[in-house]
Amino acid sequence: MSYNWNIPGTPVFGGDEARKGYALNKMCFSFNDKANRDAFKADEDAYMAKYNLTDEQKAAIASRNVLQLIAAGGNVYYLAKFAGIFGLSVQDIGAQQTGMSLDDFKAHLVAQG
Amino acid sequence: MANVIGGLATSHVPSIGGAIAKGLQQDPYWKPFFDAFDPIHEFLEREKPDVAVVIYNDHGLSHFLDKMPTFAVGAAEEYKNADEGWGIPVLPPFAGHAALSWHIIESLVNDEFDITSCQEHLVDHAFSLPLKLMYPDAKWPVRTVPITINSVQHPLPSALRCWKLGQAIGRALESWPGAEKIVVLGTGGLSHQLDGARAGFINKDFDLLCLDKIVNDPVALTKYSNKEIIELAGSQGVELMCWIAMRGALQGRVSKLHSTYHVPISNTGGAVLLMENKPRPHAMAAE
Repeated sequence: MSYNWNIPGTPVFGGDEARKGYALNKMCFSFNDKANRDAFKADEDAYMAKYNLTDEQKAAIASRNVLQLIAAGGNVYYLAKFAGIFGLSVQDIGAQQTGMSLDDFKAHLVAQG
Repeated sequence: MANVIGGLATSHVPSIGGAIAKGLQQDPYWKPFFDAFDPIHEFLEREKPDVAVVIYNDHGLSHFLDKMPTFAVGAAEEYKNADEGWGIPVLPPFAGHAALSWHIIESLVNDEFDITSCQEHLVDHAFSLPLKLMYPDAKWPVRTVPITINSVQHPLPSALRCWKLGQAIGRALESWPGAEKIVVLGTGGLSHQLDGARAGFINKDFDLLCLDKIVNDPVALTKYSNKEIIELAGSQGVELMCWIAMRGALQGRVSKLHSTYHVPISNTGGAVLLMENKPRPHAMAAE
C-alpha cells in the first residue's frame, strides 16, 4: 500500500516502495560486507547487474542523488550503507537533499536547539 | 524472583561510535551528551545489574526486507556486532541469556504477542553503542536480551501496541524465577529525520514533552498515531516506540534519576533518561 500522509518533504516507505525498491535495497544491504563494497567499487555496472537493478535504479546509483534513489524505491537505512562507501555522513546527505551547503545544514541543526 | 531495577533510554546515533573511536567525549560538541552518562555510571556501579534487556530498532544489519519481523526477540547465548558499512569500530561480542530469552518468548506469545525468535541475531549500533556508553571499557558485566521493533518498513506498530508490548515484557520479567537484577533499555530518538527534503528536522518542544511524559504520563504518548509522530518528530523520530516499550516494561513505582537533552548530536535531538523502578507496596507485601 501507499501512504498518502502528505507530510511535506517526508517520504514514507511502505509496501509499494518495498516492492519497487527491493533490488536496490538488497544491493545496498549487501554493502554491510567490505568485500561487497570493494566489488561494487571495482565494477559498478557488473555489481548492479548481479542484483538486477532496474534502469531507474541504475541511473539513481550513478547520480549519487539521494532523493533520486528514494524515488527509485530506496530506503534510507540501506541507502546509508551506499553513502558510507563514499564516506558520506548523514549531514552530507542531509545537505544534499535540502540543497544546503554542508555548513548551512549543520548550522540549521544547531539552530533548532 | 527477578528484579527490574530501572529503565534507561538513550539516543543511539552511529556517530557516537565515531566520537568514541576518536576520543571526542570532552570535545565541546559531544561533551553535553557524554556527560549525561556520569550519573548512569554511578547508578550502574551502585546497582550492578546482571541483565540488560535492550529494546531497539535494527537498521539493516540483522533484518532485511526479505523477512521483516514487527517484533523480534534474540534467543542466543551470544550476540555479535558487525560492520554496518560506515567504518565505526566493531565492538566485542555480548553475552546472551538464552534461558531468559525463551522465558520472555513463551510469556509474550502466551500474552498474544506473536514475535519472531532469533537464534542468530547480529546486533547493530542501536544495541551496541548504548552498552558502550554504559560500560566504556567494553568489558560487559551484563548478559543481554535484544528485542527489536520494526522501524524500517510501514506499517510500523503503533505507539499503543509498543506500550502493550513493553507491559508484556515487564510481566515476563516479573515472572522470571531467577534472582537477576535487570535493567531495561530503550534506544533511539528523539526527533530526527534523515531522508527527504525535510532532512535535518528536529523538534525540541516535542522532545521535551516526550522526556516528561515518558516518566510521568506514558499513556499520553500512546495516543499519537505514527503519522502524527512522524509529523512531530521526523521520519526516524518513530524510534520513540522503543522508549515507550521500555517504559511499559517498568511495572513498579517509577521515578526519574537523571535526564539530559542536547541539540544536536549528529542530526538528532540527543536525549538520555534514567529511571529507577521500585516494587509497589502491595507487591512487597505479597512476597
